[in-house]
Amino acid sequence: MARIDLVDLAHSYEGPNAPEESFALKPVSMTWRQGGAYALLGPSGCGKTTLLNLISGIVAPTRGKILFDGRDITGLTTRERNIAQVFQFPVIYDTMTVGQNLAFPLQNRGVPRGEIDARVAEIAKLLDLAPYLNRKATRLTADAKQKISLGRGLVRSDVAAVLFDEPLTVIDPHLKWELRSKLKALHRALDLTMIYVTHDQTEALTFAETVVVMHDGRVVQSGTPEELFDRPSHTFVGYFIGSPGMNIMSAEVKGREARIDGHTIALNRSYDSLPPGAKIEIGVRPEFVNVAMPAPGLLSAHIDRIDDLGRARFARLRVGDVKFAARVPLGFSIPAEQAGLIFDASHVHVYADSRLVEGAP
Amino acid sequence: MDKTVNQKAWFLVLPVFLIVAFSAILPLMTVVNYSVQDTFGNNQFFWNGLGWFKELLDPSTDLGGRFFASLWRNLLFSGIILAIEVPLGIVVALSMPRRGWGVAACLVILALPLLIPWNVVGTIWQIFGRPDIGLLGYVLNQMGFDYNYVSNDFDAWATVVVMDVWHWTSLVTLLCYAGLKSIPDAYYQAAQIDGASRWAVFKAIQLPKLNRVLLIAVLLRFMDSFMIYTEPFVVTGGGPGNSTTFVSIELVKIALGQFDLGKAAALSLVYNLIIIIVCWVFYTVMTNAGADRQAKGEIA
Repeated sequence: MARIDLVDLAHSYEGPNAPEESFALKPVSMTWRQGGAYALLGPSGCGKTTLLNLISGIVAPTRGKILFDGRDITGLTTRERNIAQVFQFPVIYDTMTVGQNLAFPLQNRGVPRGEIDARVAEIAKLLDLAPYLNRKATRLTADAKQKISLGRGLVRSDVAAVLFDEPLTVIDPHLKWELRSKLKALHRALDLTMIYVTHDQTEALTFAETVVVMHDGRVVQSGTPEELFDRPSHTFVGYFIGSPGMNIMSAEVKGREARIDGHTIALNRSYDSLPPGAKIEIGVRPEFVNVAMPAPGLLSAHIDRIDDLGRARFARLRVGDVKFAARVPLGFSIPAEQAGLIFDASHVHVYADSRLVEGAP
Repeated sequence: MDKTVNQKAWFLVLPVFLIVAFSAILPLMTVVNYSVQDTFGNNQFFWNGLGWFKELLDPSTDLGGRFFASLWRNLLFSGIILAIEVPLGIVVALSMPRRGWGVAACLVILALPLLIPWNVVGTIWQIFGRPDIGLLGYVLNQMGFDYNYVSNDFDAWATVVVMDVWHWTSLVTLLCYAGLKSIPDAYYQAAQIDGASRWAVFKAIQLPKLNRVLLIAVLLRFMDSFMIYTEPFVVTGGGPGNSTTFVSIELVKIALGQFDLGKAAALSLVYNLIIIIVCWVFYTVMTNAGADRQAKGEIA
């Protein structure tokens, strides 16, 4: 168990002389505290698995350091690092029984027999594997095998962290949900630091206390699910998290007003010192824009279609050429083609070159 | 279930039947024909029933004695070379580089012995081991070892065994290397994370994954060494005495040396039967292992 610090950590698969723009992981510094549940979230190829493999030591960093409790472990091998990792596809040892599979990491470290048995029994119980302990592991289904992989990751109580690399990819959807809640329960029960890599926002947001969003090798925001939802610090976060994602439109912002297509939207804060020459956009989540009958004073939009998501209806619109999504209020009868949009000013954010700008009150 | 009967299919199968008949069945029947008769030349044949077979399977007769002696000798030889080549092949495969230019270099070097005609392999070792002019034989003798494969049984065996190991370990290595390459990286990474030692990785991951490849390697090497003829014949000619006379060498001696066609035919059939039975046992074991795995849902 340990606090994990990343210091200017960067990695390039093309060697240290490659231009920094091509790095799979651009320099990042952050701290992961003991016992936390973290998710690394981002689209495929954003560098999240690279970051995970750097922590576990499967990949050696091109630059930077990794500290466990302040101790530099960058030069240590995976075996010496005392870390557990669960991979995307189940890895099981064919010739062993389920119990032997679970005991393997402990055996290799010379843990006494009695302690191994106790720990294996505990983990098997938590993962509902107890009835299968004496079965050959090869005879089980893919999700049972992945449970064994999870179990092997969790069986050591002294690990610095348990890393999960999209562990639910091969699992059936209905079991996914169950296993995810199980992981969350395990996190509470075992007091282990867990880092969970995924490209699925639901998985990340339900599992983690802190979600680290990555894009193109960079960490773009790290925060609680609420922070990511309410105040995305980068347009990518706004767009990637939430369904439908945040609406992003270029606008002219001056003081407490944003102008789009000659139309004015009120802002809650004042933006007077925007960087000159930057690309200015406003971002607002569909949840904070209501569709209304067209009226003077409202930004008008063309309705493409209505998505009924059960708990809410969202209108897919176009403002000029820009796609836009907005909430349809309960019981509202939808106009044929044109609609007006009502913005909730407190949730309209301003972005300069894709980064959130803090306005003055 | 009603199946459509289409007699036209026979026309498609017929050519195969004909080819197999002329290439396998007719020659085999000729051998069967010889094995139950005796001939003194002039195309005169006398019925002998199962006489040759009875003699062959009775170790107290000259023929039976020679057959069993060569059979045990051959089984011992196969056992020795398997015991050396399989572990050695695995070790070499494990120590080969997994990527980079070294892979191609290793593969080419390993493939070289396999590409040399058997006859040539025999000649190479025959000369290599000669105490007067051969590099190996000369050096050994200069170092004080009294090595001479022509006069000493042990030296003859050692030469033939080392020659076979040199010739065929590559085959086991290449098969194992292919098997090792097919193990996904995640297994090794997981083993590292689980803190497995080199030996534990071998026992828990590599050996189980090599299971099937090794079965094939053992089958191929067993059949080949059980039928070995050319190399020992060229090197030792079956000697000194009869010490390296394996079954096929004995067979040729009887058929072509003594021109005892009946005895040779009987021996051929029994020899053939042994090989077929061993093949069948291996095949059953392998398919059972496969079916077992299929039942476990491992093969999609």
